[in-house]
Amino acid sequence: MMSNAAIDLADLGLDFGATVLLRHALLALAPGDRLTVHGVAPSLDLHLRAFARAEGHGFESADDEHSRGTLVRGTATNARWVGAQRAGSAAPDGAMDHANATWGLAARGAQVEAGAPAFAFALADKDEIWSDNAGQLYRAAAAAQWDPASAIPWDAPRTHPAFVEDALVQVLTYLIENETAALIVPAHFCAKVHPHFREVVQLLAIQAADEARHIEVFTRRALLARDQLGLSTGGGQASLQTLIDEPDFALASFLLSVLGEGSFLNLLGFLQTHAPDRCTAEVMRLAAVDEARHVAFGMSHLLRHAAHDSTLRPRLRVAIERRHEMLRHTAGLNAEVFDALVILAAGALTPAAIARGHAAVADLQTQMDSGRRARLRRLGFDDREAAQLSSLHTRNFM
Amino acid sequence: MTDTLILAAVAYDAKVVTIWDGFQKWFAARGLAFDYVLYSNYERQVEQHFDGAFHVAWNSPLAWLQTDRIAKARGRTARAVAMRDTDMDLSSVLVVRADSKAQTVADLRGTTLGVGAMDSPQATMIPLEHLAQQGLLADRDFRVRRFDVLVGKHGDHIGGERDAAKALMTGEVDAACMIDSNHLLFTQEGTLPRAQTRVLSQTGLFDHCNVSVLDGAPESLVARFCDLLLSMRYDDPVARPLLDLEGLKQWRPGRTNGYATLARSCDRFRWIDRFVQSMQP
Ligand SMILES: [Fe+2]
Ligand SMILES: [Fe+2]
Repeated sequence: MMSNAAIDLADLGLDFGATVLLRHALLALAPGDRLTVHGVAPSLDLHLRAFARAEGHGFESADDEHSRGTLVRGTATNARWVGAQRAGSAAPDGAMDHANATWGLAARGAQVEAGAPAFAFALADKDEIWSDNAGQLYRAAAAAQWDPASAIPWDAPRTHPAFVEDALVQVLTYLIENETAALIVPAHFCAKVHPHFREVVQLLAIQAADEARHIEVFTRRALLARDQLGLSTGGGQASLQTLIDEPDFALASFLLSVLGEGSFLNLLGFLQTHAPDRCTAEVMRLAAVDEARHVAFGMSHLLRHAAHDSTLRPRLRVAIERRHEMLRHTAGLNAEVFDALVILAAGALTPAAIARGHAAVADLQTQMDSGRRARLRRLGFDDREAAQLSSLHTRNFM
Repeated sequence: MTDTLILAAVAYDAKVVTIWDGFQKWFAARGLAFDYVLYSNYERQVEQHFDGAFHVAWNSPLAWLQTDRIAKARGRTARAVAMRDTDMDLSSVLVVRADSKAQTVADLRGTTLGVGAMDSPQATMIPLEHLAQQGLLADRDFRVRRFDVLVGKHGDHIGGERDAAKALMTGEVDAACMIDSNHLLFTQEGTLPRAQTRVLSQTGLFDHCNVSVLDGAPESLVARFCDLLLSMRYDDPVARPLLDLEGLKQWRPGRTNGYATLARSCDRFRWIDRFVQSMQP
């Protein structure tokens, strides 16, 4: 049954939005149905004909004075949505096991036109990247963002001797290059994860933003009393290069978050404890809070991944061993950083103080090792494997 | 390569390559070997059509008339086998400024009319014929200011019509010619500002481009090509972007009864006589 409908556009022309009303009215009709248009806008009949032609509708000139013409609903209106597919659901549990390349940038849960271009997102399988707590971690990260300008007591008194400041600047110089690697890795994978996994993309983005802030505050602290930064060694950079060159998300995440940032949690705690001033202590404390989230995401998506893929654990093992091989002829942690850590913990250049500082750094390394072993055991490695793999971790800490 | 259907088109825009590459793949998926050649102007395309350089031509209305007239002069026959739904029942308008004294076309006497490219059917030839039929002859009764953008492309490029519309607003011309859909576009985009212009006259309906074939083309190949063309559906996600680019929802069988006004314009103004004569055998 063909039906006849009518619409009155009053003085609204097609050049000023009447097309919205026409499309809305035509959507309610079936192909072949007629829509008689009334209105007083100039050139309305002329524009109705052009509109009908462009949108695939028929047009009949008005045969009386009361209308301006009749549109005959064509078939193209809904044709665009034939075969359209809903890209999962927007709900927190709405991510599909595999994200179609043609869902592209469409919002998760949107109805996607068939024939949309395919996007080459390399990480499109849920098992490779997903963690059920990604959304919650993202929200926690968003809520925990801090403003370096107001969160840190930049003007706190500094009473420590110059050699302690020199040691601190050297440690900060080392931290900055490590934070840079920690920014690049999530930023790189952020662009490779299919945006269907919205929470993961958001989390990686805010993780990169966290690292950007760490770079800022470490730099700013270093420049408080010095106008130059310290030393950067080839060995340190070689270690970080193996991190940013790792093309596999799981392996990169394992090396960076579980082992590297995990070790950094201990290091930042050490630096907070031995900070020579309140500003430095607060910088280290706030950075450590962020790092804990980075470690948490790495752990949870690898736990989920390992539960779905029995080949993951052997691959993680190989990744550590391969990196160890690549770095075995490099110097590891540079002597300047090691000495600086000892001096920070010692606070004085006396044999007794240095002995204390040295013991504190040895203790730090023991803590890092036991932390790594605990996380490796949670990922399913037995005690012996965990101890062995932890010992192969880069001497550069990150 | 007689098993390959070869189409010719004029490259009025870089997107023409994207369009016909897409058609090539779409036809190949349906078992039709298809290739295309591009010309920079319609006259070369028409000339090469008679040289047998390709099988079907995607012709402007003027190129169709040129082809039809040359064919008749040579004792051959030309057919229009397909056209877009958007090629049917177009009209052009003569637009004046809202405060113009002109109330009818007769009032254009002594004024300056802005038209499109000299070879644009919709923006030059048909409007001038429309006026001539009402007793107003170009250059005798009013001046013509041409906005020649890409001559040889037969007005496929929108630029000339837009320039004429702009000249109307600056006062350089007293009236401007454009196709109905461009009038809608120019009012939407503000080239013709709100309430500052008025349509003085509208031409009768006419048709635009078609796919033209000359006698002697490989019949079954052309028939297969046409069948596939007419079977293209807007709900086919592979075809849809091509149809969107080419500006149609559905191909229709060709018809040639929508070119009468253009033909009369060509008779009266001898737009194509020299070209048609140069093509006499
Ligand atoms: Fe960091
Ligand atoms: Fe981090």
